[in-house]
Amino acid sequence: MKAVRHIKGTAAVLAVDNIDTDQIIPAEHLKITDKKGLGKHLFSNWRYLADGSNNQDFVLNQAKTQASKILIAGDNFGCGSSREHAPWALVDFGIQVVISTSIADIFRNNSIKNGLLPILVDKDSHNYLLEQNSREICIDIESQKILCKDREFRFDLEPFTRFCFLNGMDQLDFLMSHSEKITQFESRQVRYAS
Amino acid sequence: MVKTLFDKVWDAHIVAPETSETPAVLYIDTHLIHEVTSPQAFAMLRERGLTLRCPEKTFATMDHSTPTSKPDDKGEYHFNGEREKRQVEQLKTNCETFGIQLFELGDSRQGIVHVVGPEQGITQPGKTIVCGDSHTSTHGAFGALAFGIGTSEVGYTFATQCIPQRKPKTMGIRVDGELSEWVSAKDLILAIIVKIGIGGATGHVIEYFGEGIRALNMDERMTVCNMSIEAGARAGMIAPDKKTFDYLEGRPYVPKGAAWQKAIDDWSQLYTDKNATYDQLVVINAADIRPMITYGTNPEMAIPISQTIPAHSPQHALDYMGFEVNQDLIGLPVDVVFIGSCTNSRITDLRAAAKVFAQKQVAEGVRVLVVPGSHQVKQQAEMEGLDQIFIQSGAQWREPGCSMCLGMNGDIIQPGEICVSTSNRNFEGRQGKGGRTLLASPQTAAYAAVEGKVVDPSAVMKKHTQEVA
Repeated sequence: MKAVRHIKGTAAVLAVDNIDTDQIIPAEHLKITDKKGLGKHLFSNWRYLADGSNNQDFVLNQAKTQASKILIAGDNFGCGSSREHAPWALVDFGIQVVISTSIADIFRNNSIKNGLLPILVDKDSHNYLLEQNSREICIDIESQKILCKDREFRFDLEPFTRFCFLNGMDQLDFLMSHSEKITQFESRQVRYAS
Repeated sequence: MVKTLFDKVWDAHIVAPETSETPAVLYIDTHLIHEVTSPQAFAMLRERGLTLRCPEKTFATMDHSTPTSKPDDKGEYHFNGEREKRQVEQLKTNCETFGIQLFELGDSRQGIVHVVGPEQGITQPGKTIVCGDSHTSTHGAFGALAFGIGTSEVGYTFATQCIPQRKPKTMGIRVDGELSEWVSAKDLILAIIVKIGIGGATGHVIEYFGEGIRALNMDERMTVCNMSIEAGARAGMIAPDKKTFDYLEGRPYVPKGAAWQKAIDDWSQLYTDKNATYDQLVVINAADIRPMITYGTNPEMAIPISQTIPAHSPQHALDYMGFEVNQDLIGLPVDVVFIGSCTNSRITDLRAAAKVFAQKQVAEGVRVLVVPGSHQVKQQAEMEGLDQIFIQSGAQWREPGCSMCLGMNGDIIQPGEICVSTSNRNFEGRQGKGGRTLLASPQTAAYAAVEGKVVDPSAVMKKHTQEVA
């Protein structure tokens, strides 16, 4: 993972609540054995019409927002299936930040391992941000602030997530640094001989 | 110090406690894998030159991409496509390379990962269990702490047998009283999801308890815990009891002899201490629960079948479904009925469905798939003659797998079709692009199959009871 302090880019607003990972990446695109090329299938059931052409009403197909790095979504983003293909697809498309009032646990866990920053904001900030489609927004990870026009919103960020983003730290390295403790744990764990 | 059931299992698996700067390092006792969410994790091991730390704690099955048609005369399975076949073949190769027990196609133990774990006795009280599948919450029915993870964490578990975790909050759901005879565990969990909402348990581990939970058999408890994720919960748990131990005794992977007694003694300590509290408490009156059905595009959009679509329903969901506020779903014609999935494909689910199918024919024009959760379930059903009931009524009796729950293997519904399904998600396009899913219990699904339309099983059964009387 690359270290990152600031993310600056265009915001795309997708004001739908409870967007599930089946919408982010439908199951027909999970038939792969690598992680590549999922960006073109991102939100495919919403992004493309039945004949395969672009749905021009969909925010990521519009000229001002088709290269967005920041997705501002409705409540409870990323619910449902645990498929990590969802953050893979978002990142492959170019999205680096997802902002909502709540983000589902597994999706959030998956995102932070792929350099996709999940940001939770309160209802008032969210309402304001939902009006900022196509605006340039800057995320300062270090100071935990969203800068938008002349407004500034502070957000909470779990300290370890923040550390991993700022230092490009891989969570596996964190776990591997505990290998001695893991061995000790295994030696004292109860086993039932069968 | 008083502890909840969750606290007890959590505390017993802490390799390194969480601090303000770092999450806890949580030890994983059992890692279940399947063909869809594991290939990239194996690739990570190879790229980084790592080994699989505990092959003996890792178990694999094939379920998502597998065909539910029988193999041909030569024993060849006909996959929906090359990509599905490649996933399955790659899992086999990976399991051989890393020394993992695999229940592959053709093995009498193969089936849906959340059906296979419990029936093999791999799932046990007090264990931590992960799988790259959100319905891993199912295993919590045994008093295990079990949750879904993504592929990165599948890789972490391969390499370290641990995952980084912040301690979740707890939510107690107490079910007072017992369910009416025509109401199933599926109706109960749908009603719970309506009550707390699709994101209502985000960040929480749910413990289900109370008289209404004690009264459920293990299959029913699994149905309840299975759908915990549909309320956003990290996991769902039920304290083990005699029913749990009776279910597990003698299964292949449980301790035997003196070790079995020792295990039961230990597992009997897995309950929430008197005076322990949850971060949130929800109380449900079982007698209030009616047969449920969904009308929208997530499991929270459910109603008792006897009621009409509520006024507050999101318009985009109604537009997708082609429904209106105040619409009655009773009498709605159905195209497809799917009885299966990790939610409702166990033997008691099939028995409940078969009871409705007996002596009846599937309504004209309705396509019905009955997909047992595993080969063990299939064998049991065939021994009881349930397969013949399904086949004679005109339903398709298929090979085990996830099948039409998410349609990865080609078992899909067509755009616009209405499917009454015993699965767990009615998300847009989940069962096939443009398809419309109505989640319900095996009984409700079976009635829809034979009537060709949505019916309220409680009304049918009440009528039947009156006629008999």
